[in-house]
Amino acid sequence: MELTGAEIVIRCLQEEQVEYVFGYPGGAVLFIYDELFKQDKVKHVLVRHEQAALHAADGYARSSDKVGVALVTSGPGLTNAVTGIATAYMDSIPMVVISGQVPTYAIGEDAFQEVDAVGITRPCVKHNFLVKDPKDIAPTLKKAFYLAKTGRPGPVLVDIPKDVSNQKAVYEYPSSISIRSYNPVGKGDSSQIRRAAQMLLEAKRPMIYSGGGVVLSGASAQLKDLVQLVGAPCTNTLMGLGGYPANDKQFVGMLGMHGTYEANMAMQYCDVLVAIGARFDDRVIGNVEHFAQVPRKIIHIDIDPSSIAKRVKVDVPIVGELKLVLDELLAVLRSSKQKPDAGDMAAWWKQVDEWRVKGGGLRYKNSTEVIKPQFVIETLHQITGGDAFVTSDVGQHQMWAAQYYKFNHPRRWINSGGLGTMGFGLPAAMGVQLINPGATVACVTGEGSIQMNIQELSTCKQFHLPIKVLSLNNRYLGMVRQWQQFFHGNRYSESYMDALPDFVKLAEAYGHIGMRIVNPADVEPALREAFSRKNDLVFMDFQTDSTENVFPMVPGGKGLSEVILAEDL
Amino acid sequence: MRHIISLLMENEAGALSRVAGLFSARGYNIESLTVAPTEDATLSRMTIVTSGSDAVIEQINKQLNKLVDVVSVMDLSDGEHLERELMLVKVKAVGEMREEIKRMTDIFRGRIIDVSNSTYTIELTGSRAKLDNFLQAIERDLILETVRTGTSGIGRGDRILKV
Repeated sequence: MELTGAEIVIRCLQEEQVEYVFGYPGGAVLFIYDELFKQDKVKHVLVRHEQAALHAADGYARSSDKVGVALVTSGPGLTNAVTGIATAYMDSIPMVVISGQVPTYAIGEDAFQEVDAVGITRPCVKHNFLVKDPKDIAPTLKKAFYLAKTGRPGPVLVDIPKDVSNQKAVYEYPSSISIRSYNPVGKGDSSQIRRAAQMLLEAKRPMIYSGGGVVLSGASAQLKDLVQLVGAPCTNTLMGLGGYPANDKQFVGMLGMHGTYEANMAMQYCDVLVAIGARFDDRVIGNVEHFAQVPRKIIHIDIDPSSIAKRVKVDVPIVGELKLVLDELLAVLRSSKQKPDAGDMAAWWKQVDEWRVKGGGLRYKNSTEVIKPQFVIETLHQITGGDAFVTSDVGQHQMWAAQYYKFNHPRRWINSGGLGTMGFGLPAAMGVQLINPGATVACVTGEGSIQMNIQELSTCKQFHLPIKVLSLNNRYLGMVRQWQQFFHGNRYSESYMDALPDFVKLAEAYGHIGMRIVNPADVEPALREAFSRKNDLVFMDFQTDSTENVFPMVPGGKGLSEVILAEDL
Repeated sequence: MRHIISLLMENEAGALSRVAGLFSARGYNIESLTVAPTEDATLSRMTIVTSGSDAVIEQINKQLNKLVDVVSVMDLSDGEHLERELMLVKVKAVGEMREEIKRMTDIFRGRIIDVSNSTYTIELTGSRAKLDNFLQAIERDLILETVRTGTSGIGRGDRILKV
C-alpha cells in the first residue's frame, strides 16, 4: 500500500499505540499536521512553546511506563526543543521526538528555518536519524521507539524533511526490529551476583543506595525485598525517591548535597555499599577523593556499563536489567544458609540511629508570622495523603519538596534531576495529568521557575488540566541567593526578583483560579480549598520567608561528612 | 598511557561525527583518527590513537560501545598488534642534496614517488616513531610539506575484529 510520508508517520504512531503527541506546528511539519487532522486515534496537545512539548511528553513518560512523543517543526521549533531533549537525556527518559526539516534539496543552503537538527542534538540524544526517503520512515520510527525504551532509556530524534513527508512509499510497519550494533543486556553475570550476595552476607555495616534506575525499570518491589532481607538502611537519590517507601523504618531519607545527615554518614561509613540504578554523581557523593578515603566494598548494579567505575572504583560490577539482577540476587540470598549477623546489624543500626539524633532530622523553625516553605510542603503531603503526583521546578522549592513530601510509590515524584531545568514543572504536570486523568497532580514551583514556562497556563485551560500549582514565592532565586549568602559574601548579584507580576490576576487572565496566601494560618485552608476544586487549575502564590535556606547542605566539592547542619550557622 | 583503539561502525552519514563528538564532549584526547569503509561496504573501520589513565581508557571503550552506530570495539594495545602510518613528504632537492635525500629515503625504505627540478616527494610507511625519525634525519629547512594519515592498526595472528 502506497502512502505519503506524513501518512506513514501517523500510521506508525498508531501502531505504537501513542495516545498523545505534544507539539507545535510549523512549515516543515505541515503535511504531518494535515494527517493528524484527518484521524482521531492519536490526540495532539498544542503547547505554547516547544520546550513545554518536550517536558510534557517527558512528564507523561516519567509518570507511566510509556514512551513520550513530541512533534516540532524545523529551525526554531527544534532549537526550542533542545532543552527538553537534554533534560530527558540526563534523566534517561524514553521519548521519541519527531522534527520537521527543510526539504532535502534545500538542506545545506541555509534555507528558511533550517538548522542541523541531527548535529545540534547529537550529544543529548540516545540516538538520532535524518530520514531521506519515505520508505525509511516506518523502519526508522520502529527503531526509534525500540531504542528509546530498551536498555538505558533515552530520547531519540527523528528528523523528517518536508518533501519526504509528502512523497509516497509502500507502507508496512515492521513487526520486530533488530540492530546488530545495539544489544541491550538482560540478565547479570551469575558469578558476580553470587560474589555480591556473599559480600552482603558478610557485611557488618551494609548500606543500600538506589537511584532513578529502580524507578525506570520498575524494580521497587525487588528493592524492598532486598533491603528487608539484608536488614540494611536504604537511601534514595533525588531521582530515586519513591523507589523505596519513605514511611518504612529502614529508609534513612534522600542522600547527597541536601540529603539527611544519617543517609550521608551511612554512605560514608558503611563497609559494603550496594548501588542500584544510581551513578555516584557529584551532587550525590560530593568530593570523590574524600569519599574514597574511607575503605568500603562497592557492589554496583546498573544497565549501563559506562555508569560503572566512572567516578568511583567498584569491587563487584553487575551489568544487567535491574529486575532480573535483583531477582537472582534475592534467590541466592534466600537459598543461603548464612544470614546477616544479628549482632553486627544491631550495632550498625545503633550507629545509624545516633546519626539520626545528631543530625536532628529534617527540621525548620516554623513561624506564625511568615510562611515557611517547608510548612507548605508538609501540609501538602498531609492533605493529599502522600499520594499525589508532585512535579517540581528547580531550586530551593525542589529540594524542600524532595525532603518533606514523603514518597511511598515510584513515578510520583517528577523532577529534572540531571540537567536541573527551570521551567520543567508546569509542562511536566500537564503530561502527568493527561496520562493519569482524575489523579491529584501538584506542581511545586517558585516565582522564578514558573515564569520560564508560564505560558502553559493557556494549554492547561484548553485541555482542562486541573493541576494545582504551589508557587513558593520568596522574591528571590532562592538557591542562587543561598549560595551567594554562604559562599559569595552576601552579595546578592541578580538573584532578587523585582517587578513580579500579580500572579493571582495572571492566573485569572488565563481563565484559572488564583490565590495569594500570606499568613501561615491560611496555608492549610487554602490548600484544602484548592484541592477540593477537582476540575479547576488553582494557582497558589504562597508569600514565603525570603531568608529560609535548605539544610542540611554538603557544599560543592566537599565530602559527605563535611555537612552544614541548620544550627551550624 | 597511549592506546590504539580499533572499531567497526555502521558506514552511515554522521557516524564519524558521533565518535569525534564523543571525544570532544567528554574531554578525551585524540592523537590521530583514521577511517575508511571495509570490504563489507556497510561497515567502516576506524583506528583511534588516544591517551589517558586506565580509568579514562575504560570509559572511552565503554562510551564507544554505547554509541548505537558502533558495532564492535577492540583496544589493540591490550595485546599483540601491528601499527602502520603512511606519510608523504615533499622536500627541497637541489645539487648534492638530491643524492643525499635519495640515500636517506633508501635507508628508511621509502620511495620517491614524484620528482621535479627542485623537489622530491617521498612516500614512507611505518610506525609513528619511524616516520618521526625520518623527519628528524632530514634537515628541517629542506622539508616543504608533510602529510600523514594517522595510525592504522590490526591485531596479530588470531586477534581479529570482525562482525
